[in-house]
Amino acid sequence: MAVLEQQSDLLQQFALGDLAAFETLFRQHQADVYRWSVRIVRDPAAAEDLTIETFWRIYRAHARFDFTRSFGAWARRVATNAALDHLKTARPEVALIQDFPARDAADAAVRRDIRERTQQAFRRLPAKLQVVATLALIEEQPYKEIADALGISIGAVKLRVFRATRQLRKNLKQLGVEP
Amino acid sequence: MNKEDEKIQSLLKQVMPPLERELDRDLWPHMLRQLEARVLTVPWFDWALVALLVVALLMSPHTIPVLLYHL
Repeated sequence: MAVLEQQSDLLQQFALGDLAAFETLFRQHQADVYRWSVRIVRDPAAAEDLTIETFWRIYRAHARFDFTRSFGAWARRVATNAALDHLKTARPEVALIQDFPARDAADAAVRRDIRERTQQAFRRLPAKLQVVATLALIEEQPYKEIADALGISIGAVKLRVFRATRQLRKNLKQLGVEP
Repeated sequence: MNKEDEKIQSLLKQVMPPLERELDRDLWPHMLRQLEARVLTVPWFDWALVALLVVALLMSPHTIPVLLYHL
Protein backbone atom coordinates (compact mmCIF):
# COMPACT_ATOMS: atom_id res chain seq x y z
CA MET A 1 0.00 0.00 0.00
CA ALA A 2 2.80 2.39 0.97
CA VAL A 3 4.57 1.62 -2.30
CA LEU A 4 1.43 2.44 -4.28
CA GLU A 5 1.03 5.71 -2.43
CA GLN A 6 4.67 6.54 -3.05
CA GLN A 7 4.23 5.88 -6.76
CA SER A 8 1.07 7.98 -6.85
CA ASP A 9 2.90 10.85 -5.13
CA LEU A 10 5.73 10.49 -7.61
CA LEU A 11 3.36 10.72 -10.58
CA GLN A 12 1.62 13.71 -9.03
CA GLN A 13 4.97 15.44 -8.53
CA PHE A 14 5.91 14.68 -12.11
CA ALA A 15 2.62 16.09 -13.39
CA LEU A 16 3.44 19.28 -11.50
CA GLY A 17 6.76 19.50 -13.33
CA ASP A 18 9.13 18.26 -10.62
CA LEU A 19 12.49 17.36 -12.22
CA ALA A 20 13.49 14.91 -9.46
CA ALA A 21 10.23 12.98 -9.98
CA PHE A 22 10.92 12.96 -13.72
CA GLU A 23 14.42 11.59 -13.08
CA THR A 24 13.02 8.78 -10.93
CA LEU A 25 10.46 7.89 -13.60
CA PHE A 26 13.14 8.08 -16.29
CA ARG A 27 15.33 5.64 -14.41
CA GLN A 28 12.40 3.31 -13.76
CA HIS A 29 11.22 3.22 -17.37
CA GLN A 30 14.22 3.92 -19.63
CA ALA A 31 14.99 0.21 -20.13
CA ASP A 32 11.39 -0.61 -21.10
CA VAL A 33 11.18 2.30 -23.50
CA TYR A 34 14.52 1.34 -25.06
CA ARG A 35 13.51 -2.32 -25.43
CA TRP A 36 10.25 -1.32 -27.10
CA SER A 37 11.92 1.20 -29.41
CA VAL A 38 14.67 -1.18 -30.51
CA ARG A 39 12.06 -3.77 -31.42
CA ILE A 40 10.37 -1.30 -33.73
CA VAL A 41 13.34 0.44 -35.36
CA ARG A 42 15.79 -2.50 -35.09
CA ASP A 43 18.74 -0.17 -34.62
CA PRO A 44 20.30 0.05 -31.12
CA ALA A 45 21.83 3.50 -31.63
CA ALA A 46 18.62 4.94 -33.03
CA ALA A 47 16.70 3.32 -30.16
CA GLU A 48 18.87 5.18 -27.63
CA ASP A 49 18.14 8.47 -29.37
CA LEU A 50 14.46 7.58 -29.49
CA THR A 51 14.45 6.82 -25.76
CA ILE A 52 15.73 10.34 -25.14
CA GLU A 53 13.25 11.79 -27.63
CA THR A 54 10.41 9.87 -25.98
CA PHE A 55 11.24 11.21 -22.53
CA TRP A 56 11.69 14.70 -23.92
CA ARG A 57 8.14 14.51 -25.31
CA ILE A 58 6.95 13.13 -21.97
CA TYR A 59 8.66 15.93 -20.08
CA ARG A 60 7.13 18.56 -22.33
CA ALA A 61 3.66 17.06 -21.85
CA HIS A 62 3.92 16.57 -18.07
CA ALA A 63 1.03 18.95 -17.36
CA ARG A 64 -1.30 16.84 -19.52
CA PHE A 65 -0.40 13.59 -17.76
CA ASP A 66 -3.29 11.97 -15.90
CA PHE A 67 -1.53 10.60 -12.81
CA THR A 68 -4.35 8.14 -12.09
CA ARG A 69 -3.31 6.20 -15.22
CA SER A 70 -0.28 4.06 -15.98
CA PHE A 71 2.93 5.95 -16.71
CA GLY A 72 4.44 2.88 -18.40
CA ALA A 73 1.57 2.55 -20.87
CA TRP A 74 1.74 6.27 -21.67
CA ALA A 75 5.50 6.10 -22.15
CA ARG A 76 5.12 3.16 -24.50
CA ARG A 77 2.56 5.02 -26.58
CA VAL A 78 4.81 8.08 -26.82
CA ALA A 79 7.74 5.80 -27.72
CA THR A 80 5.70 4.17 -30.48
CA ASN A 81 4.84 7.57 -31.97
CA ALA A 82 8.48 8.66 -31.78
CA ALA A 83 9.56 5.43 -33.51
CA LEU A 84 6.89 5.93 -36.16
CA ASP A 85 8.20 9.44 -36.87
CA HIS A 86 11.73 8.02 -37.05
CA LEU A 87 10.69 5.34 -39.58
CA LYS A 88 9.05 7.99 -41.76
CA THR A 89 12.34 9.84 -42.14
CA ALA A 90 15.04 7.17 -41.65
CA ARG A 91 17.12 5.86 -44.53
CA PRO A 92 16.04 2.25 -44.93
CA GLU A 93 19.28 0.50 -45.78
CA VAL A 94 21.14 1.44 -42.62
CA ALA A 95 19.04 -0.22 -39.95
CA LEU A 96 18.64 -3.81 -41.01
CA ILE A 97 21.90 -4.65 -42.66
CA GLN A 98 23.37 -6.72 -39.82
CA ASP A 99 20.29 -8.78 -39.05
CA PHE A 100 20.92 -11.81 -41.14
CA PRO A 101 24.55 -12.99 -41.15
CA ALA A 102 25.28 -15.67 -43.71
CA ARG A 103 26.21 -18.89 -41.93
CA ASP A 104 27.19 -20.83 -44.99
CA ALA A 105 29.75 -19.28 -47.34
CA ALA A 106 28.48 -21.34 -50.32
CA ASP A 107 25.06 -19.73 -50.51
CA ALA A 108 26.03 -16.43 -48.94
CA ALA A 109 25.37 -14.48 -52.12
CA VAL A 110 21.91 -15.97 -52.57
CA ARG A 111 21.04 -15.35 -48.94
CA ARG A 112 22.30 -11.80 -49.14
CA ASP A 113 20.26 -11.19 -52.26
CA ILE A 114 17.05 -12.55 -50.69
CA ARG A 115 17.74 -10.62 -47.51
CA GLU A 116 18.24 -7.35 -49.37
CA ARG A 117 15.16 -7.79 -51.53
CA THR A 118 13.01 -8.75 -48.54
CA GLN A 119 14.25 -5.75 -46.55
CA GLN A 120 13.58 -3.55 -49.55
CA ALA A 121 10.05 -4.94 -49.85
CA PHE A 122 9.52 -4.40 -46.13
CA ARG A 123 10.79 -0.82 -46.22
CA ARG A 124 8.43 0.00 -49.04
CA LEU A 125 5.55 -0.44 -46.61
CA PRO A 126 4.13 2.76 -45.11
CA ALA A 127 5.65 3.43 -41.66
CA LYS A 128 2.46 2.63 -39.75
CA LEU A 129 2.23 -0.77 -41.49
CA GLN A 130 5.94 -1.40 -40.82
CA VAL A 131 5.40 -0.84 -37.10
CA VAL A 132 2.46 -3.22 -36.91
CA ALA A 133 4.17 -5.83 -39.09
CA THR A 134 7.32 -5.69 -36.97
CA LEU A 135 5.49 -5.98 -33.67
CA ALA A 136 2.90 -8.56 -34.76
CA LEU A 137 4.75 -10.73 -37.27
CA ILE A 138 8.39 -10.52 -36.19
CA GLU A 139 8.26 -9.77 -32.47
CA GLU A 140 4.93 -11.61 -32.03
CA GLN A 141 3.65 -9.16 -29.45
CA PRO A 142 0.04 -9.64 -28.34
CA TYR A 143 -2.45 -7.61 -30.40
CA LYS A 144 -3.73 -6.00 -27.20
CA GLU A 145 -0.28 -4.57 -26.42
CA ILE A 146 0.16 -3.31 -29.97
CA ALA A 147 -3.28 -1.72 -29.88
CA ASP A 148 -2.52 0.03 -26.58
CA ALA A 149 0.84 1.26 -27.84
CA LEU A 150 -0.67 2.68 -31.01
CA GLY A 151 -3.84 3.97 -29.39
CA ILE A 152 -6.07 2.01 -31.77
CA SER A 153 -8.47 -0.93 -31.40
CA ILE A 154 -7.48 -4.59 -31.69
CA GLY A 155 -9.64 -4.77 -34.81
CA ALA A 156 -7.62 -1.94 -36.36
CA VAL A 157 -4.38 -3.79 -35.53
CA LYS A 158 -5.68 -6.93 -37.25
CA LEU A 159 -6.66 -4.87 -40.28
CA ARG A 160 -3.21 -3.27 -40.46
CA VAL A 161 -1.53 -6.69 -40.16
CA PHE A 162 -3.73 -7.92 -43.01
CA ARG A 163 -2.90 -4.89 -45.15
CA ALA A 164 0.81 -5.13 -44.35
CA THR A 165 0.94 -8.81 -45.31
CA ARG A 166 -0.95 -8.22 -48.53
CA GLN A 167 1.25 -5.26 -49.47
CA LEU A 168 4.39 -7.15 -48.55
CA ARG A 169 3.39 -10.09 -50.72
CA LYS A 170 2.87 -7.70 -53.62
CA ASN A 171 6.22 -5.96 -53.01
CA LEU A 172 8.06 -9.29 -52.77
CA LYS A 173 6.51 -10.43 -56.01
CA GLN A 174 7.60 -7.23 -57.74
CA LEU A 175 11.14 -7.82 -56.50
CA GLY A 176 11.11 -11.44 -57.62
CA VAL A 177 11.09 -13.07 -54.19
CA GLU A 178 8.88 -16.09 -53.66
CA PRO A 179 8.30 -16.67 -49.93
CA MET B 1 -3.52 -16.57 -40.92
CA ASN B 2 -3.35 -18.68 -44.09
CA LYS B 3 -0.37 -20.67 -45.41
CA GLU B 4 0.79 -17.85 -47.69
CA ASP B 5 0.79 -15.38 -44.81
CA GLU B 6 2.67 -17.84 -42.63
CA LYS B 7 5.34 -18.15 -45.33
CA ILE B 8 5.72 -14.38 -45.42
CA GLN B 9 5.97 -14.25 -41.64
CA SER B 10 8.56 -17.02 -41.67
CA LEU B 11 10.63 -15.21 -44.33
CA LEU B 12 10.45 -11.97 -42.38
CA LYS B 13 11.59 -13.66 -39.17
CA GLN B 14 14.49 -15.25 -41.04
CA VAL B 15 15.61 -11.98 -42.57
CA MET B 16 14.84 -9.83 -39.53
CA PRO B 17 14.96 -12.06 -36.44
CA PRO B 18 13.26 -10.81 -33.25
CA LEU B 19 15.48 -8.43 -31.29
CA GLU B 20 15.81 -8.86 -27.54
CA ARG B 21 18.29 -6.10 -26.82
CA GLU B 22 18.78 -4.59 -23.36
CA LEU B 23 19.91 -1.07 -22.56
CA ASP B 24 23.51 -1.33 -21.38
CA ARG B 25 23.99 2.15 -19.93
CA ASP B 26 22.14 4.77 -17.98
CA LEU B 27 20.82 7.44 -20.34
CA TRP B 28 19.97 9.98 -17.63
CA PRO B 29 23.15 12.10 -18.04
CA HIS B 30 22.41 12.30 -21.78
CA MET B 31 18.78 13.18 -21.03
CA LEU B 32 19.86 15.92 -18.67
CA ARG B 33 22.13 17.44 -21.31
CA GLN B 34 19.28 17.33 -23.81
CA LEU B 35 16.92 18.98 -21.35
CA GLU B 36 19.37 21.80 -20.71
CA ALA B 37 20.07 22.28 -24.41
CA ARG B 38 16.46 22.17 -25.53
CA VAL B 39 15.09 24.33 -22.74
CA LEU B 40 17.56 27.06 -23.69
CA THR B 41 16.73 26.83 -27.39
CA VAL B 42 13.95 29.12 -28.56
CA PRO B 43 12.17 27.69 -31.64
CA TRP B 44 12.43 29.76 -34.82
CA PHE B 45 8.69 30.34 -35.00
CA ASP B 46 8.79 31.97 -31.56
CA TRP B 47 11.36 34.43 -32.91
CA ALA B 48 9.17 34.93 -35.98
CA LEU B 49 6.19 35.72 -33.74
CA VAL B 50 8.23 38.22 -31.74
CA ALA B 51 9.43 39.86 -34.95
CA LEU B 52 5.86 40.00 -36.24
CA LEU B 53 4.69 41.60 -33.01
CA VAL B 54 7.45 44.21 -33.09
CA VAL B 55 6.65 45.09 -36.71
CA ALA B 56 2.93 45.32 -35.90
CA LEU B 57 3.63 47.61 -32.94
CA LEU B 58 5.91 49.84 -35.01
CA MET B 59 3.28 50.14 -37.71
CA SER B 60 0.48 50.95 -35.32
CA PRO B 61 1.93 52.35 -32.07
CA HIS B 62 -1.53 53.25 -30.75
CA THR B 63 -2.04 49.52 -30.00
CA ILE B 64 0.81 49.52 -27.44
CA PRO B 65 -1.38 50.67 -24.50
CA VAL B 66 -3.99 48.07 -25.49
CA LEU B 67 -1.33 45.36 -25.51
CA LEU B 68 0.09 46.51 -22.16
CA TYR B 69 -3.42 46.53 -20.70
CA HIS B 70 -3.91 42.89 -21.70
CA LEU B 71 -0.55 41.71 -20.38
